[in-house]
Amino acid sequence: MVLLSLKNCLWLSCVLRTPKACFWSTANGGLIIQSVSNDVYQNLAVEDWIHDHMDLEKQQVLFLWRNSPAVVIGRHQNPWQECNLRLLRQKNIKLARRRSGGGTVYHDLGNINLTFFTTRKKYERMENLKLVVKALKALRPQLDVHVTDRYDILLDRQYKISGTAAKLGRTSAYHHCTLLCNADKFVLSSVLKSPYEGLKSNATPSVPASVKNLFEEDPSLTSEMLLDAIAKEYAVRHQIDHHITLINPADETLLPGISNKTKELQTWEWVYGKTPKFSISTCLNMAYKDSVLDVKVNMDVKHGRIEVCNIDLPEQWLPPGLYSELVKNLTGSKFCPNETTTLVTTLLRVCPQDNELHSRWSLLCENMIRLM
Amino acid sequence: VCIHRVRSCSSIRFIKSKYVCVFDKSALKFSHQQRLFRTSAVSCGQIVQFKLSDIGEGITEVTVKEWYIKEGDSVSQFDSICEVQSDKASVTITSRYDGIIRKLHYSIDDIAFVGKPLVDIEIDASKGVASEEDVVETPPMSHDEHTHQEIKGHKTLATPAVRRLAMENNIKLSEVVGTGKDNRILKEDILNYLAKQTGAILPPSPKAEIVPAQQKTEAVPAAPKDKACKIPVPVSRPIAFSGKDKTEPVIGFQKAMVKTMSAALKIPHFGYSDEIDLTQLVQLREELKPLAEIRGVKLSFMPFFIKAASLGLLQYPILNASLDENCQNVTYKASHNIGVAMDTEQGLIVPNVKNVQVCSVFDIAVELNRLQSLGSAGQLGTSDLTGGTFTLSNIGTIGGTYAKAVILPPEVAIGALGKIQVLPRFNGKGEVFKAQIMNVSWSADHRIIDGATMARFSNLWKSYLENPASMLLDLK
Repeated sequence: MVLLSLKNCLWLSCVLRTPKACFWSTANGGLIIQSVSNDVYQNLAVEDWIHDHMDLEKQQVLFLWRNSPAVVIGRHQNPWQECNLRLLRQKNIKLARRRSGGGTVYHDLGNINLTFFTTRKKYERMENLKLVVKALKALRPQLDVHVTDRYDILLDRQYKISGTAAKLGRTSAYHHCTLLCNADKFVLSSVLKSPYEGLKSNATPSVPASVKNLFEEDPSLTSEMLLDAIAKEYAVRHQIDHHITLINPADETLLPGISNKTKELQTWEWVYGKTPKFSISTCLNMAYKDSVLDVKVNMDVKHGRIEVCNIDLPEQWLPPGLYSELVKNLTGSKFCPNETTTLVTTLLRVCPQDNELHSRWSLLCENMIRLM
Repeated sequence: VCIHRVRSCSSIRFIKSKYVCVFDKSALKFSHQQRLFRTSAVSCGQIVQFKLSDIGEGITEVTVKEWYIKEGDSVSQFDSICEVQSDKASVTITSRYDGIIRKLHYSIDDIAFVGKPLVDIEIDASKGVASEEDVVETPPMSHDEHTHQEIKGHKTLATPAVRRLAMENNIKLSEVVGTGKDNRILKEDILNYLAKQTGAILPPSPKAEIVPAQQKTEAVPAAPKDKACKIPVPVSRPIAFSGKDKTEPVIGFQKAMVKTMSAALKIPHFGYSDEIDLTQLVQLREELKPLAEIRGVKLSFMPFFIKAASLGLLQYPILNASLDENCQNVTYKASHNIGVAMDTEQGLIVPNVKNVQVCSVFDIAVELNRLQSLGSAGQLGTSDLTGGTFTLSNIGTIGGTYAKAVILPPEVAIGALGKIQVLPRFNGKGEVFKAQIMNVSWSADHRIIDGATMARFSNLWKSYLENPASMLLDLK
């Protein structure tokens, strides 16, 4: 594609952020790009890349993307508080933490994501959302959609079809939003319900809302149509060609450094480790032989690791030495079921070989792991 | 586009090409804010209150969510200081100054106010003169911002980009002749000044890492004028390595491994190795692989190794035993729960296949598939990881021939399997043929297992694998 190779040159000059205008930008105030990937981490990495490397002074960028099933939490949120991590692991749904603020959303291919990149001074969320509404109305005039002062887009005055979040840096900013076209509402509601109890945290909470797909309102609508309509409106607004450039987030030549950004977004330290400090105060109900034990557990978790751990076991239920060994090893360990499983099973190797002891240990540990 | 860019940068390129990006970035940085300027002499160690600048959209307060620095840290201009949040927007606040953080005005989750101090920074005047700026919410200005600097009573006009270039090169702006409007110092002026100093167009000396050695050939440091005549010859300079040691605490799973391996050290190990000719097994597996695939199962060599081990354990049950802590009792375990060492992101984990003594080779393959997919997804359960009685470690998949494996308590034996190599061997007729050879290295607890037992077990295991048909006789 001729246009694509010209744009490669554009990328190169934009990477160095030269203040000189490229021939491209004197003619155009905007660029529309779409990702060919459905990997949430790759797509979030593209956002990072554009935010860090592109010169948005002369031209703004609209980035269109869709993801295979994933839950995306905001920069300062707590995944344990926001979603059902057990269900995510079971269903192989990815968990990602984005760099912008705001609440938790569920993505699948029936949801489209739009990112509006501007300079910091041109950051203007309301305008962007009004553009989206205008595009929707141009496509289907009968749609009752409007923007609220919370930067949501509502359908029929009651159903949320779009949520917004933003990231501001030193010189550039971006505002992104979702748009529900034909997402799986059943999976959405089940994964966004947290089963974890006793969590106390200052993390940004999500505000739950009733959602609806645009497809339910008008079955003739598809994600592609919506993307196209929005791109068209953006093109008109910025007086550019209605042309969407496809980009591959795995292309290191086009986007130097992107694979490192993608990797960073997938690290445990980013996804879980960036959770603001929180505490858990709960009670394990352990059925052991012919009785049920109520075991109070208190834990403080910082940077995703157990800082403090207190388990209120009946006296001598576990030999004291073993209990302190367990607590000692849990302290500093990741608040993660896999880490804890491997940790406790490894420790079991050096415990006295006693079946009774082993079954108590396993029972306690399994209950602890369920908290994670 | 590319040629255009080179032309525009050519004057700067050969002198400080490294810094093109830097000062271009800074030119853009200040374009969106206007500042009121306070002119005053900056003395060494002056504390400046860095105020929270305008976020936009009429926002007056934000919540501090994360600090990237702490009191006492040194920061450079443009380093990230903290992350604040306001109404679904996450904002990265960057430093305007070079200096040392002296005070954080807020804690995590506090509300911070626009226009009020965020951090106190002690500015190091010897690094170059930093401008003091009050930030006020006024409409944005165009590109050509400038800052006033008062040095020894002179006001010097220079853009932040130019100021930075001067700072990087330890140039005092007062010594540069400005050729711009109102005697403003332009970047060309800095470059001309530099050119005069060095006397030639030189490639930039990389910052920080390389410490130039003194010119040993000259007894007296030469004046700049002398150097101007020569083209400098690269002198070999000792490169100062600035990598730092990194210390991390031993926590979590690693800590548990330390405990286990320390306990394993107490076991007196002995080793026994042998070579297995897997030629026939390789052929057999090739025949059986498609059958297994039809059933939806991936068939590797491990199920055969595991089953053969179990058959061997039936004859030498002491290898499937456990010695208690005081070495008073030996427990012969009834179940053959054979562990398979797995290398994951976390490190070594050993899930086990339960009751191999009643499993067929196919059953074992199914179970291995399950354990492997759970292992790579990080979802193995406690029951998968406990109860092992004997372990095989197929280190050969990564590489190597011989190994000295460490026994995993409370077990008493372990086998390490090397890689399968194609090697020349002699057959019964004295002819050389292509053989598929694998080495096995056993380790056993010498307190209850003697060399002969290990050797006999190994021979039996070897015979099953070298002649797979013989397994049929003893399969249960």
